[in-house]
Amino acid sequence: MYEWNFAPVFAESGLLLAGFRNTLILTATALSGGLVVGLLLAFARLSHRRWLRLPADLVIEVFRTTPPLVQLFWFYFGLPIVLSVEMTPFMAAGLTFTIQSGAFFAEIFRAGIVSIEKGQWESAKAIGMGHNQLMRRIILPQAVKRMFPSMMERSIELMKTTTLVATVSYADLLFQANELAQKTFRPLEVYTVVALIYFVSISCVSFFAARLEKRFARTGEFSV
Amino acid sequence: MPDPILRLSGLAKSFDTNTVFEDVDLDVAPGDRIAILGASGSGKSTLLRCVNLLEIPDAGRIELNGDVVGNPEKSGRARYPERELRELRKRVGMVFQQFNLFPHMTVAGNVAEGLVTVLGQSSGPARERALAELDRVGLRDKADTYPSRLSGGQKQRVAIARALAMDPEIMLFDEPTSALDPALVGEVLGVIEQLANEGRTMLLVTHEIGFAYHVANRIAFIAEGGIYEIGTPDEVLKNPRREKTQKFLAEHRRFQF
Ligand SMILES: Nc1ncnc2c1ncn2[C@@H]1O[C@H](COP(=O)(O)OP(=O)(O)OP(=O)(O)O)[C@@H](O)[C@H]1O
Ligand SMILES: [Mg+2]
Repeated sequence: MYEWNFAPVFAESGLLLAGFRNTLILTATALSGGLVVGLLLAFARLSHRRWLRLPADLVIEVFRTTPPLVQLFWFYFGLPIVLSVEMTPFMAAGLTFTIQSGAFFAEIFRAGIVSIEKGQWESAKAIGMGHNQLMRRIILPQAVKRMFPSMMERSIELMKTTTLVATVSYADLLFQANELAQKTFRPLEVYTVVALIYFVSISCVSFFAARLEKRFARTGEFSV
Repeated sequence: MPDPILRLSGLAKSFDTNTVFEDVDLDVAPGDRIAILGASGSGKSTLLRCVNLLEIPDAGRIELNGDVVGNPEKSGRARYPERELRELRKRVGMVFQQFNLFPHMTVAGNVAEGLVTVLGQSSGPARERALAELDRVGLRDKADTYPSRLSGGQKQRVAIARALAMDPEIMLFDEPTSALDPALVGEVLGVIEQLANEGRTMLLVTHEIGFAYHVANRIAFIAEGGIYEIGTPDEVLKNPRREKTQKFLAEHRRFQF
């Protein structure tokens, strides 16, 4: 029977905490960047102008159809050669996951925006709103509530996918766990703790997301 | 005759190969209440929507209180830059069949929205004004509820208040009671009647012929791609001169008692 011993792991818990912090920083960066990129891509896709629509389509397609690990390697090893720039692991990871989640968010934004009934657009125009006012005041506030569940799903997916960055030596939670496992010879305990950290933090996020969704429902606009 | 508030001349609109109307002329004087009648698909909504440019006419001219809207071109077609669309729509109120209230805003928020976002008023005065408009339609006590809690008749009255808050020079109603339970039609027609008595200028597309007879001062019957017959309610509804008008009215009377 295996004898569990967490003591060596907890003795070095600072290592895991630093990794967790980096995971959160990377996720937050990719998430906020991804939301901006996603909104821009969604507007480009919905535009009447072909020269805006086509490049957006291409970016979205490329990032949706290639494996995230390949994208990461391409940004980390490839981009420095093509553009002769310096790439830190954080920059490569941040770029990859910002654009990648942007591509997915774009689709969610687009679907949310077009799901708003024609009458809403028309009554906003009828009181004299311009396109930007109409988006900001009428369409997006309703669309965001409808998109929220798939946004959450995608964000959780993102947090888990960021574990790939361990492969380019970005010191995220998984990378630190690998180090710790080698150091302590206690891989089972280390990865159990790591799984637990992901489980608890993502469950917390889900819990608050569910509460937020309930609050959204208070205006009753979903039952109309 | 005073200068018209709205003058349509030579207005034309088609969808692909489907010509809805070809040459509509209409002068609307201050205080006019013009009811627009016609068979389903005859183009009543399209005509109304051309007035506030939710549909862009293919040709013709729109003048609002003497201001020509858009930039007429040699072809007869006018160009309507985004800024002109917004300017025109600020001055024209529209009420839709499906109410189209903003579900994420309270009732008062709906009415104040145009004042704040479009006219740039600060929220205090805008709310005051919204409450006053809600008072006019008898819904001041609903100011802080959400539209989903209202009946259809109440929703439509809020939609009317929302349009009125912008101080429109003319109001457009597109079948404002057609989506309502029969029991709720009266309260909405009551509000429209009150506006008519106050001397508001309005174009009203409706199937409520009795209401049109009592409230309108002119009736326009739409058929054959244009205004087919126009005149006072007595002329058009009591003694229609043209065949299609007669048929339409006979059809409508069939099930009356
Ligand atoms: N957006 C559109 N695209 C294509 N055709 C349209 C569009 N809107 C209206 N039409 C067509 O234009 C014609 C006039 O339609 P419109 O809605 O103005 O009629 P209406 O008189 O308001 O009818 P109803 O009494 O049913 O509301 C119809 O043949 C309709 O199919
Ligand atoms: Mg219609």
